[in-house]
Amino acid sequence: MPVGSIPSTAAGDGLTPREPGAPSVRPARRRFDWSFLGVVPFFLFAFVFMIFPIGYLIAGSFKDSNNNDAFTLQNYADLGTAQVGRAFANSIEISLVTAIAGAILGLLLAYAIILGGLPNFLRGFVVTFAGVASNFAGIPLALAFIFTIGQLGLLTVWLHNLFGIQLYQSGIFTIYSKLGIEIVYLYFQLPLMVLIIAPALDGLKKEWREASENMGASSRQYWQYVALPILTPSILGCAVLLFGNAFGAQATAYQLTGGQVPIVTLLIGAQISGDVLHNPGLGYAMAMGMVVIMGLAILAYSILQRRSERWLR
Amino acid sequence: MTVGGPAIGARSEQTIEAIQGENKVAPARKVSGGKVISWVVFILAMLYFFIPLVATFEFSLRAKPFGAAYANTFKDPQFFGSLFYSFVIGVITIVTSTALIVPTAYWVRLRLPRLRPVVEFVTLMPFVIPAVVLAFGLIRSFATGPVPLAASQRGSDVLLVAAYTILSLPYMYRAADTGLRTIDVKSLTEAGQSLGAGTFRILWSIILPNLRVAILSGAFLTLAIVIGEFTLANYLARPAFGPYLNHLGGNKSYEPAAVALISFGLTWAAMGVIALIGRSARGRSRTVEVGGAH
Repeated sequence: MPVGSIPSTAAGDGLTPREPGAPSVRPARRRFDWSFLGVVPFFLFAFVFMIFPIGYLIAGSFKDSNNNDAFTLQNYADLGTAQVGRAFANSIEISLVTAIAGAILGLLLAYAIILGGLPNFLRGFVVTFAGVASNFAGIPLALAFIFTIGQLGLLTVWLHNLFGIQLYQSGIFTIYSKLGIEIVYLYFQLPLMVLIIAPALDGLKKEWREASENMGASSRQYWQYVALPILTPSILGCAVLLFGNAFGAQATAYQLTGGQVPIVTLLIGAQISGDVLHNPGLGYAMAMGMVVIMGLAILAYSILQRRSERWLR
Repeated sequence: MTVGGPAIGARSEQTIEAIQGENKVAPARKVSGGKVISWVVFILAMLYFFIPLVATFEFSLRAKPFGAAYANTFKDPQFFGSLFYSFVIGVITIVTSTALIVPTAYWVRLRLPRLRPVVEFVTLMPFVIPAVVLAFGLIRSFATGPVPLAASQRGSDVLLVAAYTILSLPYMYRAADTGLRTIDVKSLTEAGQSLGAGTFRILWSIILPNLRVAILSGAFLTLAIVIGEFTLANYLARPAFGPYLNHLGGNKSYEPAAVALISFGLTWAAMGVIALIGRSARGRSRTVEVGGAH
């Protein structure tokens, strides 16, 4: 419909007088609607710089590079081979661990600042800081942790001087490992959890607590039977989002381990620089495998988010 | 009604306590117990978050003479060069993204509400595509062919801006859409038309100023992300701040600590500006600022 104009009578029955200056009346045939042109630049841009490049990867993933680019599914079958399979397993493991730990710890911190009775200004401080920390990632974050618990890091030196614990010589711990990556990832996972779960905690109505207390429920019972069931879809949804957040991360691990711990994003990066897999098609299939897993995570998130909206508005 | 119920409950509880005269301790301890746990959680979290920053600072001060890490950093032309490059790329990204998103969100709201889910879907796609996969696709599909952007310096700059614009779509669109929801787009458009303004004039002089606050917070988030971004800049071989810091980390001992802290300060500054913008905004729409350049 055209913008504004006269409401019902403008339908064009040929009898009502038109406003002066309006185009001549052609009641029977509607003019072709050109309004779609307004969104063409957007879709064109998205197509050229997102959909086309991804389409290129998809097409490549079905080509057999050893056989004149004939159609094949072998690249996807090869995702299970040693190098690629291990990278996927590592990525999934790291993402799962940091998503679960981040969700639990983030929930605790969010609870502490929102419902835990801490002074109000701390809440504003933590939320602002969480905004910074969830965006403070990549190279500088990895460096910061190397200076903290790397071989010469502050904590490493303290542990040695105060308790005689030699983290690196004794081989108990190294930051350049899966555990190291997980500890570093938590630095952006935990604040992200605080940011995305805070609205849900805010949505817990005082009346529910009062109602359950009036019926004689203890604090534990309130959480067990009222608050947690209401929050569960939100918490799960947020955890899934954290999973995707860690799964797509690359720069942090790149700086931290330099590829010593094979994860998918690092392997794809190596595949960009030089064909380390000696099979371009397998590289494309690996990228697609990532997109599929990320897609599933986002889908699960949106479904869970919709379920949580039933109670929390 | 909400006042009535609990008040009665509370009063009767008090009465009972007054009669029994001994149970006062229990509820008091329960409240303080939760509070103690909250404080413990808060303090542990703060330790986890601040020790790495303190350690980085301490490390940067180990350079001799005192403050040499910072002095060397500020003497390094590559430091300012890469920072300036990333800043310029960030500003171009913001302009491109705004020019793309605001008219689209406006038009969809005004004329094409049926396309809304499609546009929303497209703006959310970058969440599903990790930066390294986007880099992979862009580099391979633009390496040769009719538009070999990845083959030249300027072309790679274009690709970098385009990729960052794609990455900014989710929050720029959401920011614009939330902003549009708070204003009466239809009446404003009609008012503009009745004064003889064309579509571009309406967008530029009416819609954009009304979305200023919403767009600005999205813009600063974009800037913060672009300045620290590594993956795309690295594989497109651009002289950006992220690759510079990575290179520095491999070649110097104390300077990387100084630069990492400066980078943290820049992120903090960007978020501070966003918080200020949010506070000055009318209403209290809570927006979660979440980026994606890990």
